[in-house]
Amino acid sequence: MDVKAIVCVILYLVCAPFIGGLLDGFDRKISARMQGRKGPSVFQPFYDVIKLFQKEPLIVKRSQKFLVMTYLLFMVITGSLFFAGMDLLLCFFALTTCAMFLVLASSFTHSPYASIGCQRELLQMMAYEPRVLLTAVGFYVATDSFAVREIVTKDISAIAYMPAVFIGFLFILTIKMRKSPFDLSTAHHAHQEVVKGVTQEMVGSNLALIHLAEWYEYVFLLGVVGLFIVNSHPISYVVAVVVILLTYFLEILIDNVSARVTWKTLLFSTWFVTLISGGINITILVLMQR
Amino acid sequence: MNLIPFLICFPFVVAVFMFLIRNNKIRNGVAYTSVAVIMASVVYLVFDYLTNGQEANPITVHNEFIELLILIVEVGLMFLVVYQCIKYKKYIISILSIVQTVLIVWLEQYGPAIEETPQLYLDKLSLLMVVIVAFIGGLITIYAVGYMHGYHHHHTEFADQRYYFFMLIFTFLGAMFGLVLSKSLLWIDFFWEITSIVSFLLIGYTRTTEAINNSFRALWMNLLGGLMLALGIAQSAFQIHSVDLQAVVSNGLVIPIACFAFAALTKSAQLPFSKWLLGAMVAPTPSSALLHSATMVKAGVYLLLRLSPAFAGTLTGTMVSFIGGLTFLLASLLAISKSDAKAVLAYSTISNLGLITACAGVGLQETIWAAIYLLIFHAVSKAMMFQDVGAVENSLHSRNIENMQGLIYRLPKLSFIMLIGIAGMYLAPFGMLIAKWAAFKAFVDARNPLLIMFIAFGSATTMFYWTKWMAKVIGPPRVDKPLRDVTKKNEYFSLYVHAFFMIAICLSCIPMSTYLVIPIVVSLFGAATMTLNASDVLVMLILLVAIVVLPLICYFGAKKRKTTHVISYMNGVNAGDNRNFIDAMGEEKELYTANWYMMEYLSEDKFLTPCIAISAAVLIILMCLIVGGAI
Amino acid sequence: MAKVSRSPWVIHYDGSSCNGCDIEVLACLTPVYDAERFGIVNTGNPMHADILLITGGINSQNASVVEQIYKQMPNPKVVCAIGTCACTGGVFKECYNIKGGADTVIPVDIYVPGCAARPQSIIDGIVQAVDLFQKKHEAMKAGK
Repeated sequence: MDVKAIVCVILYLVCAPFIGGLLDGFDRKISARMQGRKGPSVFQPFYDVIKLFQKEPLIVKRSQKFLVMTYLLFMVITGSLFFAGMDLLLCFFALTTCAMFLVLASSFTHSPYASIGCQRELLQMMAYEPRVLLTAVGFYVATDSFAVREIVTKDISAIAYMPAVFIGFLFILTIKMRKSPFDLSTAHHAHQEVVKGVTQEMVGSNLALIHLAEWYEYVFLLGVVGLFIVNSHPISYVVAVVVILLTYFLEILIDNVSARVTWKTLLFSTWFVTLISGGINITILVLMQR
Repeated sequence: MNLIPFLICFPFVVAVFMFLIRNNKIRNGVAYTSVAVIMASVVYLVFDYLTNGQEANPITVHNEFIELLILIVEVGLMFLVVYQCIKYKKYIISILSIVQTVLIVWLEQYGPAIEETPQLYLDKLSLLMVVIVAFIGGLITIYAVGYMHGYHHHHTEFADQRYYFFMLIFTFLGAMFGLVLSKSLLWIDFFWEITSIVSFLLIGYTRTTEAINNSFRALWMNLLGGLMLALGIAQSAFQIHSVDLQAVVSNGLVIPIACFAFAALTKSAQLPFSKWLLGAMVAPTPSSALLHSATMVKAGVYLLLRLSPAFAGTLTGTMVSFIGGLTFLLASLLAISKSDAKAVLAYSTISNLGLITACAGVGLQETIWAAIYLLIFHAVSKAMMFQDVGAVENSLHSRNIENMQGLIYRLPKLSFIMLIGIAGMYLAPFGMLIAKWAAFKAFVDARNPLLIMFIAFGSATTMFYWTKWMAKVIGPPRVDKPLRDVTKKNEYFSLYVHAFFMIAICLSCIPMSTYLVIPIVVSLFGAATMTLNASDVLVMLILLVAIVVLPLICYFGAKKRKTTHVISYMNGVNAGDNRNFIDAMGEEKELYTANWYMMEYLSEDKFLTPCIAISAAVLIILMCLIVGGAI
Repeated sequence: MAKVSRSPWVIHYDGSSCNGCDIEVLACLTPVYDAERFGIVNTGNPMHADILLITGGINSQNASVVEQIYKQMPNPKVVCAIGTCACTGGVFKECYNIKGGADTVIPVDIYVPGCAARPQSIIDGIVQAVDLFQKKHEAMKAGK
């Protein structure tokens, strides 16, 4: 662990909630503008979270809180490991464990909507997991290392080797960010058939913690998007930020122009894209190196 | 080093005693003592090996009597199989047994001159296997004493033949010791056949129609493997005039290795031979724990590990790794559709063995590192899970996962052990995951895109079925009444020791790599590249601390806060207890949410047959290519 | 610290009504009226909501439902009865199965009359509810 890594981790710990919250705020603003509305303030997500923390602490089951807290803290650790430049594959494995804590926290009550939300969340995890793992593999094949700190020091950006992997990653980013058409388990928007799904029984501060964890996750995931671009050249960091913002805009656009799909479409399309983008791209890379 | 013959013979002697002693208490006492003797002698063996012999110590047995005995037993076993086949009208199966026995006997008596090789020896891999068999197998035996008592108490419809059951179990242990300590292929074949036949008898223990059908399925699949083994031995006897396993591997004989690999695939229940392991569930739990974790299936994997140095870059290696990878993915998909806890465990066993097989098939140092790691974790966690599910079944009278809702409140101790087992199977940063991570790395290093795909998709599906099981266990119970925990002390003893082992090997994953796994890889390959580097170790430690400490901190942190209870949301018609709702007629109805099994696509009757067909086709084509290419 | 009134999340429940007010409430969220500019989100989940919007009257079947949904909302919370039916029972008042307005089962804070209530008056009602939400929050804090 060098100084740079420590600085990065501290920056992540401090700034990620602000960046994540602001991104969320811009999301709502831009969505509103796309729909011809004025929309809320960009700071709206912060207002929401602050309010949630001040609500009466109602709980359906006592120990739910601790699972939610574990989810948040594990997410923070996962992101920190990434920004400390550690092994990408291990980060992704840790991310799966985080998601598992969310599922456990939610299914803890076994209320009807939360249960359905959980099963769908598991389905979503099953859909995106191969793609996430293959992303790490792609980096390894392209740069010969799983370690983030080594990937960023290469002379050529990883995206040059694996454009298809990048596109595939954007695809699952839609699931991870809970954007339409893939927001099956819970949605940021109003009414849906499973009400609030995974977060159904989370009241006040529990929900606020979930939001915080989501913001940490946003920054981590967008960091992975940036990792595709970053190389040893300083200017690449600027390019990475631009690409991240474009990616985020693209996700908002997709969110606004698409309707929710069924689970079959979600699973099969994601696996299909994974096979096509990841499979072919990685196979070509591997065969070239043989 | 006289312990090695003792270790092999002792369980057989005990088996005879088990059969003769008809008093339950005395027999149980003898069983405990014998397990203790076996464990103690294995501990001594390990100690002795570490202090004195650092190299393989071959033992040559020049004893006409023993050779004659083996011959007689071999023929005897053949007659046993033939008798059983005639009794149950499964004539074709007996041919498999006759052909291989005749082939082996002919080879020994009239075959080509075979150079004298030591029959037994001990190296690091055998030592590991011996430790696993002695401790896991021994603990399962202790568990079985309690379990079988309760089993015959509940199932009065089956004849109480515990003397027979324990005889089989000790015979099994003896055969496993023999198998992993043998160097001569003829001896390996002998013990191999014993395990096949004993497993057949164990599966058929209850003598129900289902049990008998399943046991014959296990028999023909394993005998097919045995036949391939015998063919391989004959081929190597003709080719190099040796029946030494190491000689075959170092000479890289294509056909024998392919035959042995085929045999190993049948024994470790890889597709298309998975059905026997699934059928093995009808047997009482201790025997399924024994078959699935420590012994039977491990024999196949053990043989693959032995062969692995000859796999790298060959078509046989490709075949083994492809079948393994395919099994890993398909078995974990099939596990999703299962609500029977034992069936989930069986599929997950097949799936994990698939991963080990895939690793062994690639045949590089790194993959073998992962394979050995997986082997250790799998043995401990699966043995624990099977025993736990068996104990839960005795108290809950069901092994359906749907009925396990809220088990943590109703059978806290058993559920806790179950959660440890499940967490160990797939969560970061526990054992299985480290192994999976290493396997991932190794497959990428081997530049094998197909295996990468298998493992990526297989990991995702694995997570699905474990998480939904876990979620069921920690959910709220459907009834408040606590269950009477009928688990006996000896069963708990075994479970606790397993849980302790599980936690210990999770915590000591790094020293284990340095002092155990890497030396084995070195002994097989002559060298080993260190897979874990310092920063990976750091990450794992951080995650390990996080997953242990965070929930604790959060648990006690969250406990302090004052909160108010609220009923869960059911559109305003919650009857007030979160379990019932008011229906349109104003009456209370139970609300129940089941897990998702995706029966539409993944149910066994729809999905298993295509899986078997595809893998069988692949296996046959590749075998033809290998044999054809070699001729 | 930001005011809690900046983030009023609503849940909408439709009782015994002609669905007129129901549609007008949803109209408030459309681009024309854009209630989200005040931070208003229609959550559909009482556990997350601060303001309960009720349209339609209370009958013997939905009385317990309304009560339960109200109980599931964490404090501070505000109830807003929208439309004549929710205020008094409206044209259905004399029906055999109608108990009356929302205030027959839960405490109502804001009454928005109209048949159907216009989006402008609904938003006005919500804005008043938001002020009350802030006041209740401060009272709750002071109470602690």
